[in-house]
Amino acid sequence: MAGLELLSDQGYRLDGRKASELRKVQARTSVFAQADGSAYLEQGNTKALAVVYGPHETRGSRSKSLHDRAVINCQYSMATFSTAERKRRPHGDRKSSEMSLHLKQTFEAAVLTELYPRSQIDIYVKILQADGGNYSACVNAATLALVDAGIPMRDYVCACTAGFVEDTPLADLCHAEESGGGMSLALALLPRNGNIALLQMDARLHQDHLDALIEAAMTACKGLSKVLDGVVRQHLEEVSVLTRD
Amino acid sequence: MKSQISKLTSPVREYTKVIKFSQIDILEDPLIRNVIILQIVLQEVRHRSAPVYKRIKDAIHEKEKHFYTFTNEHHRETFIEREQGESANDRNDRAIRVAAKWYTDHLAKKTDGGSLKVVLLTDDRANKEKAEQYGLIVYRCEEYIKSLIGNPELMDRLALQPDDQNEITGSKLLFPEHLPLSRIQSGIKNGMFLQGTFHANRDNYLEGKVFINREGEEINEVLLQGLQNLNRAVHQDVVAVELFPKERWVAPSSVVLQDDSPNDEDAEEDETENKLKGVPSDPSVLKPTGRVVGIIKRNWRPFCGMLSQSMIKEATRHLFTPADRRIPRIRIETRQAANLVGQRIMVAIDGWPKNSRYPNGHFVKNLGSAGDKETETEVLLLEHDVPHQPFSQAVLSFLPKMPWSITEEDLKVRADLRHLCVCSVDPPGCTDIDDTLHCRELENGNLEVGVHIADVSHFIRPGNALDQEAASRGTTVYLCGKRIDMVPELLSSNLCSLRSNVERLAFSCIWEMNHNAEILKAHFTKSIINSKASLTYAEAQMRIDDGTMKDDITKSLRGLNRLAKILKGRRIAKGALTLSSPEVPFHINSETHDPIDLQSKELKETNSMVEEFMLLANISVAQKIYDEFSECALLRKHPSPPPLNYDILIKAAKSRDLNIHTDSAKALADSLNNATVENFPYFNTLLRILATRCMMQAVYFCSGMDSDFHHYGLASPIYTHFTSPIRRYADIIVHRLLAVAINADSTYPDLMDKHKQSALCNNLNYRHKMAQYAQRASVAFHTQLFFKNKGIINEEGFILFVKKNAIIILIPKFGLEGAVFFDNKDKPSPHLSFDSEGPTLKVEEHTFRMFDKVKVTISLDASNIQHQRIRMALIEPVIPGVSVPVPESEPEAKKPKLDC
Repeated sequence: MAGLELLSDQGYRLDGRKASELRKVQARTSVFAQADGSAYLEQGNTKALAVVYGPHETRGSRSKSLHDRAVINCQYSMATFSTAERKRRPHGDRKSSEMSLHLKQTFEAAVLTELYPRSQIDIYVKILQADGGNYSACVNAATLALVDAGIPMRDYVCACTAGFVEDTPLADLCHAEESGGGMSLALALLPRNGNIALLQMDARLHQDHLDALIEAAMTACKGLSKVLDGVVRQHLEEVSVLTRD
Repeated sequence: MKSQISKLTSPVREYTKVIKFSQIDILEDPLIRNVIILQIVLQEVRHRSAPVYKRIKDAIHEKEKHFYTFTNEHHRETFIEREQGESANDRNDRAIRVAAKWYTDHLAKKTDGGSLKVVLLTDDRANKEKAEQYGLIVYRCEEYIKSLIGNPELMDRLALQPDDQNEITGSKLLFPEHLPLSRIQSGIKNGMFLQGTFHANRDNYLEGKVFINREGEEINEVLLQGLQNLNRAVHQDVVAVELFPKERWVAPSSVVLQDDSPNDEDAEEDETENKLKGVPSDPSVLKPTGRVVGIIKRNWRPFCGMLSQSMIKEATRHLFTPADRRIPRIRIETRQAANLVGQRIMVAIDGWPKNSRYPNGHFVKNLGSAGDKETETEVLLLEHDVPHQPFSQAVLSFLPKMPWSITEEDLKVRADLRHLCVCSVDPPGCTDIDDTLHCRELENGNLEVGVHIADVSHFIRPGNALDQEAASRGTTVYLCGKRIDMVPELLSSNLCSLRSNVERLAFSCIWEMNHNAEILKAHFTKSIINSKASLTYAEAQMRIDDGTMKDDITKSLRGLNRLAKILKGRRIAKGALTLSSPEVPFHINSETHDPIDLQSKELKETNSMVEEFMLLANISVAQKIYDEFSECALLRKHPSPPPLNYDILIKAAKSRDLNIHTDSAKALADSLNNATVENFPYFNTLLRILATRCMMQAVYFCSGMDSDFHHYGLASPIYTHFTSPIRRYADIIVHRLLAVAINADSTYPDLMDKHKQSALCNNLNYRHKMAQYAQRASVAFHTQLFFKNKGIINEEGFILFVKKNAIIILIPKFGLEGAVFFDNKDKPSPHLSFDSEGPTLKVEEHTFRMFDKVKVTISLDASNIQHQRIRMALIEPVIPGVSVPVPESEPEAKKPKLDC
């Protein structure tokens, strides 16, 4: 059997997308009543759930709290049924700790933490189905949840992955592309002013290609921000209709 | 507007590859144009056969042909979901029909497209019927091509349609099933099957032999031909074979066939197998023929070789081509193919399913880039199974503690020969000196001659890790610029090396001789010696020749030299052979280890002087240990070759009107001495080279297991190896036996067990053979390096053999052998007629005979990086269409020395 042809001669990817095409994004906010903010997001087959609590008083030891801004506490987890192979996923394994850290760094750059000194904001994200781009799905879902919780941010944080196959950058990789095609770059962007909140890549790539790749990821992020914005606006409309009378 | 025909073609799925190939042939024809190939079809082809996929892709890229692909799977209106109970195949067929239908409708909508028709081509009958019901224009390939009136030549390219019942046998099961072990065993017991070791043919991948290793069988060799009969046996496997009835016996083919088809699946086999069968056979040359029914024991090891990358870039399955041509190509799965191209890698076989053309395996490790000297050396060591890892701590722990010195104890039990004027004579640069000599006049007028051999068995005690390691290595392997030691360096180059002016332990063999070199008394003892000089052959020769030198060493050397001449004369009179080999060692640049020049071996008197005494010592010791241990002495024999082996030699001599008698070694030696041709001084050497090729391998054996001890080449009734214990394990055993025989050491159980001894001999023989091959491979590799640096060279040579389609040429200056082929794949071969009586080969107008002088160009053919070859091309005699013109930039033409 031959391996996967990630980009066909006709320019189609495995799932029929063009190189710069995103997967279908669907999202809902306020999916839980108990939490301060929550969101459910599907990016193709990747499904993520994000819940936000806070800002509230620092829990646990007081020493963690910062006098000038809020502490962001992120926790990333994956459901046992999220991958092809069913697997118990204990909390705090290396991979999810790393992911939690990345999320924390991303949102520290976006949330106006200085408005809430000595307090804490909790962001919990869970991957329900993993099909590539877990990090970006989490960021996008968490952004929506933060908006839902009414926590002020500089901008939407939009994240997207990009890969590089046959001299062509591919946006928003699916699992098959991530695992079969070498490299993947994750980018979290504040689209309005184009600030990068997080950029992560741990594969080898020739420097000449890097600009093109980041450019592709940024375009994808900007596209995503429109979708997210639409979701938020639609939710607002629905809510305002319900609360009018 | 010209009417166009659009076609949706679907290469047949259920049929054999042959049909697929025929179809791709059709598609490639320039007459076939305007074709739409569905993505789904393309994927299927890619899945099945990389080469066909490549060809289709090439066709698509050709603008003239108007081939297009349609990504129907990604189109809203042509994508279909697989229905319940529908097989993937049926679903794909349906997808093709839906796409074809859509295309028809799509084109109909076009304003100017009224004349456009879509024709679906398929060879699947069921699919065709359904498509017709669906309202499509469908043709089978054959029908369609036939309908193209005026192009009859296309019909020829269309392969015959297979009947439906052929489908199953033709496609999937390539090999017959192997029988279960229980049935094989009962079959062997009742004589239905024969058990033996499979040896693949190096030059023809469709042929192999099974050597039946059971005594008492009248048939000891079974020929196997064709993939089906080889039935997945891999070189060195132990297999069970079934003999065919006599009428199906065939003759071994002399065709050279290499499995180099680019496809990674089964294909074209029929064609090549027919090539085999085409050989007309004369009943006298028919060999017992059979087929493999089962594998008793696989003998798979990791193989070295290189990856042939699949033509699909992202493919993870690739074919691996082993360096050893007797091993089939192996299919492996790897994602790092791009990194492995051009690298020497190791691959292990995992299995060989009966529906697969090639065995499946997996990547083991990367050895380095091909052509690199380190890598190539590693490869040839691995390929020849030479253990070359550094010695383990366990082994090293048995080395004597440094600083080492001779103890009181040693002095008590050993003869103190430190006062004797002992010296060693070796090739330059030798660090493992294992033999020294002395000669002095006794008071009674006789001569005392001593051969002192390093006492390695003193340091290597039986049974410990050091001993086991040495036994398993068997021999030191000398490659160009590299030595793989049998024992750790501390022993080989220091404690056991009999260097000058240090005290060393030795095992001495001392004879009292008269001036006629007749042995009066022989005496063996463990001793302590102090060599007075380590000489090279040239230095020793100089001392002997220089009349002014009168010191003890020189006197001793002169005495030895005189005796050696007598001994040699006597030996030759008895019929010992002096043979010749064309090997020429290299001068190696000491820093880069690149070969810079060739040095021809100059044989000096001193070479044969040392050799003569070593032979004498070996023979004396052999006699002694055999007298003492008639059941378990380790001896060496050289069987006389079967008369048939000499055929080529006799024929060759006859072509120059000379007679060679081969009834006995003596007759052979005499007739070789008399065989000279005027004005052709190199002729005799050529004959001797040829005679060497007729010989059998000399082997170690245990005296209790065999009755024939004769050493043919040395014309000695008994022989063993005693004189090089540093580099041969056999000598260590002989030392131990001799030590027991003279009460200098105690015995141990394994030494006296003839079965264990015999097993050890087998290993030693194997290691020696492999070491020899490795050595040759190393020389060949350095020869290639040498010619790579030199570029194209013109040189004179002689025809050594005449083959059906080639002549083998020996270049005396380089000791290089190579073939000039007369049939080329890419151009029409000249008219050849071969006469096996001569043997002569007539090419066009010129007749080649053995030993003819020719002129050739030598260059390195690096087109196949795995098997770089020295390529020779004929310059003289000039045959139009065969010989090549003299290259212009002729390097400074040194006159080849022909009588070297």
